[in-house]
Amino acid sequence: MSDDKPFIHPYIPNSVPEVKERMLREIGVGSIDELYADIPERLRFRGRMDLPEPLTSEAALKRHVEGLLRRNRASSEVLSFLGGGCWPHYVPAVCDEINRRSEFLTAYAGEPYEDHGRFQALFEYESLMAELLDMDVVNVPTFDWCQAASTSVRMAGRITKRDEVLYADTIGPDRLQVMRNYCRGVMKLVPVRHDPATGLVDLADLAARITGRTAAVYFENPSYLGFLETEGRRIADLAHARGALCVVGVDPISLGVIAPPGHYGADIVCGDIQPLGVHMNYGGGQAGFISTRDEEKYVMEYPSRLFGIARTAVEGEWGFGDVAYDRTSFGVREKGKEFVGTAAALWGITAGVYLALMGPQGMAEVGQHILQKSQYAMNKLGALPRVRAPRFRAAHFKEFVVDYGGTGKTVAAVNEALLARGIFGGHDLGRDFPGLAGCALYCFTEVHSKDDIDALAAALGEVLR
Amino acid sequence: MKLRQFHQAKWDEEVIFELGTKGERGIVVPPVEKAVADEIGDGISAVPEQLRRRTPPALPEISQMRVLKHYLRLSQHTLGADLNVDIGQGTCTVKYNPKINDALAASPKAAELHPLQDESTVQGALEIVHRTDLFLREISGLDRFSFQPASGSAAILAMASIIQAWHESRGEGKSRDEIITTIFSHPSDAAAAAVKGYKVVTIHQTEDGLPDMAALRRAVSERTAGLLITNPEDTGIYNPRIDEITRIVREAGGLCGYDQANANGILGVTRARDAGFDMCFFNLHKTFGTPHGCGGPGCGALGVVEKLADFLPVPLVDFDGRKYVLRHDLKNSIGKVRSFTGVFPVILKAYAWIMSLGERGLREVANVAVLNNNYILSQVRKIRGAGAPFAPGRHRIEQVRYSWETLAKETGVTSEDVTLRMADFGFHLWSSHHPFIVPEPFTIEPTESYSKDEIDEYLAALKRISDEAYEDPAKVKGAPYRSVVHRIDHAWFDDPAKWAITWRAYLKKHGSAKP
Repeated sequence: MSDDKPFIHPYIPNSVPEVKERMLREIGVGSIDELYADIPERLRFRGRMDLPEPLTSEAALKRHVEGLLRRNRASSEVLSFLGGGCWPHYVPAVCDEINRRSEFLTAYAGEPYEDHGRFQALFEYESLMAELLDMDVVNVPTFDWCQAASTSVRMAGRITKRDEVLYADTIGPDRLQVMRNYCRGVMKLVPVRHDPATGLVDLADLAARITGRTAAVYFENPSYLGFLETEGRRIADLAHARGALCVVGVDPISLGVIAPPGHYGADIVCGDIQPLGVHMNYGGGQAGFISTRDEEKYVMEYPSRLFGIARTAVEGEWGFGDVAYDRTSFGVREKGKEFVGTAAALWGITAGVYLALMGPQGMAEVGQHILQKSQYAMNKLGALPRVRAPRFRAAHFKEFVVDYGGTGKTVAAVNEALLARGIFGGHDLGRDFPGLAGCALYCFTEVHSKDDIDALAAALGEVLR
Repeated sequence: MKLRQFHQAKWDEEVIFELGTKGERGIVVPPVEKAVADEIGDGISAVPEQLRRRTPPALPEISQMRVLKHYLRLSQHTLGADLNVDIGQGTCTVKYNPKINDALAASPKAAELHPLQDESTVQGALEIVHRTDLFLREISGLDRFSFQPASGSAAILAMASIIQAWHESRGEGKSRDEIITTIFSHPSDAAAAAVKGYKVVTIHQTEDGLPDMAALRRAVSERTAGLLITNPEDTGIYNPRIDEITRIVREAGGLCGYDQANANGILGVTRARDAGFDMCFFNLHKTFGTPHGCGGPGCGALGVVEKLADFLPVPLVDFDGRKYVLRHDLKNSIGKVRSFTGVFPVILKAYAWIMSLGERGLREVANVAVLNNNYILSQVRKIRGAGAPFAPGRHRIEQVRYSWETLAKETGVTSEDVTLRMADFGFHLWSSHHPFIVPEPFTIEPTESYSKDEIDEYLAALKRISDEAYEDPAKVKGAPYRSVVHRIDHAWFDDPAKWAITWRAYLKKHGSAKP
């Protein structure tokens, strides 16, 4: 394409030369370049950006990108048993219908008048999550569980005016890395050991490490490794006895059947809503929630937007708006609570749709289904010779650790052989948990059929023979 | 110019908890196979008693079509960019988000990928990430990009983290404890630095609207860790001394981070490297055409110069000459700022956007965005009561922070009043102009996406409201009339006894009566 012909692209209406001329005349300049007069020549980039020739036709663009995407194998094209912070669950068609609506997809930060629906949908998301969690306050979503956990412990630090966090050493590795960076220089993170047999928090180790500097004790339930922490109440009591808060990360899809953390003493609850109606998106479907009781000392420490309900000038009309906006960094910059901005609102709206569709019955059914499927898988995989599944002697939800140690095979070798059979095997835990070398994290949900699990067990039987 | 007889949809829609009847179902979960149930039983018995949920969550019970209808109605109560001339959310770069990119991202080949899949099964995804990295290197002049930060603020946090890790690696982590920013840089440039424990030094502007150079020289010292700055700032004025600013900070031993959340006016015109920056980031959901999604998910693509490449968050996507790989072994990595590699669908859409435009198209985007902006500036100046503080007679880059100060003085109609009246014409004129240094502010950023006719329509609404303010100010102050709702009573929002962040809190505090 030569540079002297006008470049008229479907995305840029005012490229039409006559329009440009009219606008330049109106401004009173002879060329667009004059408008850049404030950029000194020494800062002007006069080279060419080395970019591919544009695919201005939509058909060509589609062909090109689809060509690249064809080199992927979607987990829906194979049997995938990967979880570990991003999980395969059924996404109701209505969830996609709503989050693909132009109105929601392309809205941003309008006022609670012309964007009334955005405010209401997110207020409803907060409210639906609050029922699931049995708590009174939920934020407009943050980036993901990692960020939610990081902010939760920083909130605990501000509330208690302390600077140490004890965390169960079985928490998700991404969570730990994000928390470490987020707290670096401000709060100290101290691991608490787990019982090697059950995975549960070692209460003696916790009691030994908790001090007057401890702001929060953080654990996850179900844990990253899939087992359920049964001693939540005792952990919370230990924390509270020393003036610390109990912070719990939770998989919300478990809460139709599993008690929400507030029932065993959690003060701040966090987690990820990707399981609630959002596709995995190669990790792009994550969105974090934070939840607390409705007490001023908690509410005022949220960095996030909190949408509240209100009256309007017209009787019988609902209005919505920002609660306690002045705590945010928008208004008071570094004096605000951490920072706020674009995060993952669209997934919040989607999770609201999901919970509205599922209702209490749906959440109970999906929770029960996942329990049954994962227990069935435990039976099948646990029956394989020299395989320990689950590795931890505990109740589990959705995921569990499979230990190939006795077979002499590495996880990488097993997964390679499974891949050749069209199966994505469990995630290799060796890099993040040195004590779990030779172990893989397997995930089973309502999307897996009995036949899928039988096929996995049969394939593993061959591979490990 | 004709102004349209707009009226937003008004369904008078219930809050979702007011819908449905006990027993209704929105969706049915697949039942577990009989053979599984026969073998396992109910599954719940395996859960220790104290961990079982005793009372079901009090979620509403609603049939599927009613749920759909509820949310479709709420969508009609929302003014997406696809429906309006969305130039009134200045600083946000609300532009056209091509539908083809959404369709591509919805493909199972993108939407149904798991982030821990074997690298051999995601070569297409990794290639897209890698090629987008190469593109952004060209656009910025920097050497390496990470896509892990999920927003501009997250990218700022990552820049502050790299500043911290860099000085720690040189034994100056403790002594360099200040980060410098400017008052017209985004609030997160100050706030995210404070999250990392930094003392924030804020440089204010002088009469020309640009940062006070003497104050900057006084601010730098052996305590300076770095600089986080926007340019052009929210005023739309390009700071011609930006390279002097980065030099002053660099000579004091600090690293320079460039907040290019919005780079829409300068693509291919001027680059981060040439202005002396060590780092920059681009919001893909602003400049690179991916949808804002009511406030995310987004991506703050973070670029650095070579010496900082091994401080980036992990994993990075690399090409080893044969295949694309995820690299976790960066010596000085700050770790992670988000799970996995980032928000893939956003990266994919930005990639497709750049591929559609190419080098000439990106320049055209910037040129037309600047043309549109200066055209609006020339027209707003003619509107009675409106003004453009700072830099008289100069051109602006991609946006302008205007002022209704004169209008407010002469008529009592404030910027907020105009904002609410604009809703009656189907337009946004948002209210977030922090810091509120410009009195009665409003910020317009037209991008490249709207035709002259559309821009003229928006301007005609501003003109109409100005006329109304001078003729009948009460009319403006009573707005909105044709929006979804009327003036909202703010009394509940800041009172802990009254605020209701959830429906259950509302019921507890205000009973079950309608408002």
